[in-house]
Amino acid sequence: MNVATESSGGGEGLLEAPLIIEYAFNRTTGPVIGAFVTGLRERRVLGIRSADGRVVCPPVEYDPQTGAPLEEMVEVGTAGTVTSWSWVSQVRDGQPLQTPHALALIQLDGADTSMLHVIDADGPEAVSTGARVRIRWAEEPTGAITDIACFELDGGAS
Amino acid sequence: MTTEDRRDRSISTLPDGLWTQPTPSVPVDLGDDPVRRQVVPAAMRYNYSPGLASTRFLRGLAEKRFLGERCPETGEVYIPPRGVSPVSGLPTTEQVEVGPKATITSFCVVHIGFGVNAPPTPFVSALFLPDGAAVSLYGTMGEVPHDEVRIGMRVEPVWVDDDQLTESMENIRYWRPIDEPDVPAEQLKGHM
Amino acid sequence: MRDVAIVSVAQSHHRRSAEELNEVEMIQPVIRAALDGVGASISDIDFTCSGSSDYLAGQAFSFVMTLDAVGAWPPIVESHVEMDGAWALYEAWLKIQTGAADTAFVYSYSKASPGDLPRVMSRMLDPYYAGPLWPDSVAYAGLQARAMLDAGVTTERQMAEVAHRNRESARTNPNAQVVGSPSVDELLAAPMLSDPLRVHDCPPISDGGVAVVLAAGDRAREWAERPAWIRGIDHRIDGHQIGARDLTTAPSVALAAQRAGVDGAFDVAEVHAPFSHQEQLVLDGLGVGNGVEVNPSGGALAANPMMAAGLIRLGEVATRIMDGSAGRGVAHATSGHLLQQNLVCVLEGGD
Repeated sequence: MNVATESSGGGEGLLEAPLIIEYAFNRTTGPVIGAFVTGLRERRVLGIRSADGRVVCPPVEYDPQTGAPLEEMVEVGTAGTVTSWSWVSQVRDGQPLQTPHALALIQLDGADTSMLHVIDADGPEAVSTGARVRIRWAEEPTGAITDIACFELDGGAS
Repeated sequence: MTTEDRRDRSISTLPDGLWTQPTPSVPVDLGDDPVRRQVVPAAMRYNYSPGLASTRFLRGLAEKRFLGERCPETGEVYIPPRGVSPVSGLPTTEQVEVGPKATITSFCVVHIGFGVNAPPTPFVSALFLPDGAAVSLYGTMGEVPHDEVRIGMRVEPVWVDDDQLTESMENIRYWRPIDEPDVPAEQLKGHM
Repeated sequence: MRDVAIVSVAQSHHRRSAEELNEVEMIQPVIRAALDGVGASISDIDFTCSGSSDYLAGQAFSFVMTLDAVGAWPPIVESHVEMDGAWALYEAWLKIQTGAADTAFVYSYSKASPGDLPRVMSRMLDPYYAGPLWPDSVAYAGLQARAMLDAGVTTERQMAEVAHRNRESARTNPNAQVVGSPSVDELLAAPMLSDPLRVHDCPPISDGGVAVVLAAGDRAREWAERPAWIRGIDHRIDGHQIGARDLTTAPSVALAAQRAGVDGAFDVAEVHAPFSHQEQLVLDGLGVGNGVEVNPSGGALAANPMMAAGLIRLGEVATRIMDGSAGRGVAHATSGHLLQQNLVCVLEGGD
């Protein structure tokens, strides 16, 4: 953990100082998330089959219902359907798009659950539940969820 | 540290039945360099304010003064003050100037420095009990060989130049010995 | 089971920024007021448990600092949860159930104003799939609102009505931060903040805290004329991957309610629903229908100190039982995003 401080403010008012706390985590992925993000690096998307046969994407290590280890990873599509969304009008540091965009849940073709990501769109009126979207890949993949730069609307990328 | 040293212990080395690690089958060729680790930086920016008591303390530091605050129940003076006595839980309201002379209550000879501001090693970090205070301040020793530092040693702060003073503990460059007899350790009981 | 009651409650006057105070200065008067409420000192307390999160103010080991206000030296028996204080109360209740304590002190607080709370909240999410996207907590909540709107579980008007009713109720709550509301039509005419959420659908950012004293059996009767007995308490959690959850229901609320013995016969319900669309989900999960007064305090839409707003709900119900204005009530607290984890507590007056 890095803690950077600098003193500011004189006079008799309130003392304040900017404080930046940075956690430079170096995380192990484990075999399932590791395979998923390696797949993204190769521009392919993997889900995993749960005990009841549904495909969970992004994949989890253990069945959400029974806790049993899951083993069968399956490839799903790079296009899908918006299952929910909201509009991000105030963009914040670190977000994949630095212009107003949609935060969305997207069910990729072949998956039974939805993935959290963002959609590049001109405005909220351009987005709707049920809309078809496809992945826009990052130019320089690193093996992370951000290898998906964002999703774009089918037939109407902004 | 080598890459080898940083490998996590395989879950398969845990006793049978304790934990089952998934060994997923993957339908596509992921190459021979699968991702095992991610560096995920997370920086957050705050606009920090120290509160009333610490503000008084920091303003005192800008004048090279140590302003502690007294517990209304026990009479002990806490520094740096947080606004509340840790013994009674009551607000501290009376400011008391303590020090600047102080006594070493504990110390450590540091051979591996961490962080960009660490002094050259070896150096001595120590707890300094300002005269009149119940608890110690943390700092580093200077102007003395590290093997001559001892508990009970009398010291004073060495401040930065006046034009460098701010509301910061960094006003104290380091502490140095003064020519006064050591305080016997038994007199430091309860403050170590 | 031992009979355990809430016998004293105190909370701060919640506000957008307690910028002149550090966290211990902010919570000290609340801690003192709760102990003074039963004439107790910390030496009368067998177990202390707090709830807070260092991420909110960017203050490392903030909970250790605030223990100063309890008077933690000589050492006391204490614990801490990085969760809403309602879960700290659960731990304290459990400690009393074991017989290891007869009395307990519970407090929680946050000073979120130094940081960008909606961004800080993203650090609570899974660090592989969601964290790197830095979704802010308002847009994140918007995903749930949209799912409910699409499914017809709620409407924008119903959401505005919830916001209006809570903030109008807050007029009688001296600790509330957002008091009073424009008409529902005026609310609906306002622009979107994070479509489908308008400003009125979102909780305020609040600095503040709450403290509660628990006691078992005769000690509770000694300390309070009308103790608020905990008749049932339970907490349950839903899966963390929101894309694998049905966001239009809150199964963990229903299960916790069932386990806590919720039967619908209440004078008052205080539910912890930070976003307007969530109140209906919680009430449906609790099975609380018409005839029950919901959130007379204004709920989290009137003041939402993180880590405290859930315990405040328990405190609000307990306060009404202790002052005789309610006989039986249910309180709900949530933790995590989108009602992921939920605690339900049934409180009752009488012997």
